[in-house]
Amino acid sequence: MSHQQDIKRIMHRRAFVGNALRVAGALGIGGAVAGLTVRKGEGRPWVWQIDPSKCIACGNCATHCVLDESAVKCTHSFGMCGYCDLCTGYFHPEPIALNSGAENQLCPTGAIRRTFVEDPYFEYTIDERLCIGCGKCVKGCNTFGNGSLFLQVRHDRCQHCNECSIAIACPSQAYRRVPADQPYLLKLREAKG
Amino acid sequence: MSRPCPLSGHRPKVGREKARVRVCRGGPRRRSGTPCLTSAAPSVHNRVRHGVLDLRIAIALLALWTLLSLPALAVERFPPPDFSNHQLPVTTVPPPQFAANPYVDVALLALALALASYLAIRRRSRRGLFLLTIASLVWFGFIRHGCICPVGSIQNVTLAIFDRAYAVPWAVAAFFALPILFTLFFGRTFCASVCPLGAVQELVALWPVKVPAWVDHSLGLLSYVYLGLGVLFSATGTAFLICRYDPFVGFFRLAASANMLIFGACFLVVGAFIGRPYCRYLCPYGALLRLVSRFSKWHVKIPPDECIRCRLCEDVCPYGAIREPTVATAVTERRRGRRRLAVLIGLAPLWIALGFWLGTRLEVPLSELHPTIRLADRIRQEQTGRVQGTIDASDAFRNTGRAPADLYRQALALSAMFRTAGGWFGAWVGLVVAAKLIHLSIRRQRNDYQPDRSGCVSCGRCFWYCPVEQAKQGWIQEVPGTGPLFGENSLPAEQAAGRKMDLSP
Repeated sequence: MSHQQDIKRIMHRRAFVGNALRVAGALGIGGAVAGLTVRKGEGRPWVWQIDPSKCIACGNCATHCVLDESAVKCTHSFGMCGYCDLCTGYFHPEPIALNSGAENQLCPTGAIRRTFVEDPYFEYTIDERLCIGCGKCVKGCNTFGNGSLFLQVRHDRCQHCNECSIAIACPSQAYRRVPADQPYLLKLREAKG
Repeated sequence: MSRPCPLSGHRPKVGREKARVRVCRGGPRRRSGTPCLTSAAPSVHNRVRHGVLDLRIAIALLALWTLLSLPALAVERFPPPDFSNHQLPVTTVPPPQFAANPYVDVALLALALALASYLAIRRRSRRGLFLLTIASLVWFGFIRHGCICPVGSIQNVTLAIFDRAYAVPWAVAAFFALPILFTLFFGRTFCASVCPLGAVQELVALWPVKVPAWVDHSLGLLSYVYLGLGVLFSATGTAFLICRYDPFVGFFRLAASANMLIFGACFLVVGAFIGRPYCRYLCPYGALLRLVSRFSKWHVKIPPDECIRCRLCEDVCPYGAIREPTVATAVTERRRGRRRLAVLIGLAPLWIALGFWLGTRLEVPLSELHPTIRLADRIRQEQTGRVQGTIDASDAFRNTGRAPADLYRQALALSAMFRTAGGWFGAWVGLVVAAKLIHLSIRRQRNDYQPDRSGCVSCGRCFWYCPVEQAKQGWIQEVPGTGPLFGENSLPAEQAAGRKMDLSP
């Protein structure tokens, strides 16, 4: 009888030690992870964004997104735009005529709309439904114009992959994580000082 | 036909009567009819003649353009016009659209985990677990596109430890911790029917074959190696390897590169014959959970009462996770086993040291994945003339105007970091091998068929087929037979056949 009681007591003690270790482990893991979360303050989500100052408009954004139609689209900072008649973001390097003929346009999908504002100014707006984020216009605008066209991850489309597959392919390491409450790195006229 | 100036949009209108004056506000005022001045478009440039003055301006502009064409600077070649009566459109910035609120995500994960644990341990319902598996596959897989998932969250947590600037979002932290906490008490119920990667393999495990024990044990080490690699690359800020080579996320998104789709399809095809190949041999989170599950408090048990040793559970487990009862061994053999164990424990530090040394040798192949080191390599090769031509990355680097020496210095520092990290990775692999050998040498005593706590994913097939369980549930009248697989009375085979058809709810 006493032998059985001994066994019972030992088992009881083992269970107690086991439980204590488990609870300690759980608290340890929970505490460590919670500590990591609050260490930098908020534990807010991050999203991917392109730093336009590093972007070289190589065209990988159009082809490397996990979405068939890339989440990256051209964005226009109208305040920076020179409203040129001959927009090098809009027109092919050697346009036959300065009109919206497809043969004159740089954009492969005709996603840029050119509207007359006043002489000699034209306004260029991006039709996001057509834009594929190839960056051809961005390259043109950066090379000869003000650089008011730039690529951005459009967050209404982005899937927020843990590792952005465009970021892997980006040759200029222009992708970085930004806090989700400031999800854009816009080019602004004021920002350039 | 006259060509327009690409710089100003100004088009020379030679021979027109009512020529308008076009103003390029960035450059000098010119009257129409004057040849357009360009510095940046040679094709146009060559076709117009220049005055001396124009040439000088051209040179000045060329210099200005070279100065300003650094991509880091925003160039204002044409000052934006001040419109009197035109409202500039606003650049739209749609806020991030998360498919689900993080609170909903975490709550659903906790709910699914609780439900899986309840179904596996309390209700012992294979059918319930199966339905939950499908629900998880649909929600966490196809609706939430498999992101965020606990498997990948290892890397976020690691990055948060090593990168001061990165704080892991609380939802990701919860995704990392919750399954571990549940496993600590209930076993791998997360793997059973919450993880979408496990779920998709659970559904295709149709004709499982028995993997020889030595293959199973050896391949099982891979997941620890993969875990080490995943931690190494996220700690060094190189890559999220586990996400990059997630074989099934492409199916969940219905979009991926062809290579990844083929990779995933291979896993599914293999998975039809070898149960859950990713979970068993590659999944790094599974490796973590295997360690934790060993110490779980309430793990799935096969027979609710006394085991009749019918071996149906062993037969039906597609994951080779059922351990048979041990046979008594002779004293001499036990003594030999003890000696072997002592030797292996003594050798463990050696394994680890060897691993560390070998790991430091891996510096070059490991660091090749880091974009900065790759770039430095490329620039070096281009400069020494070992490769011809440039690539986008090297062009982009040259445009920044940084000195290559600066890049080399950075690359060397990173390389040294990879040396240390590689050493730790090697030590980890050494530790894993040593622990595996020690673990295999420890003799355990089992009186009946039990699930291997680390390998068992709590899918519930074993007790679903167990005659003792079936008798207890009242599905059959009495427990047939009493010995291991006795003669014609061993109903279980028929039973099993009948059950197999019932399996899909």
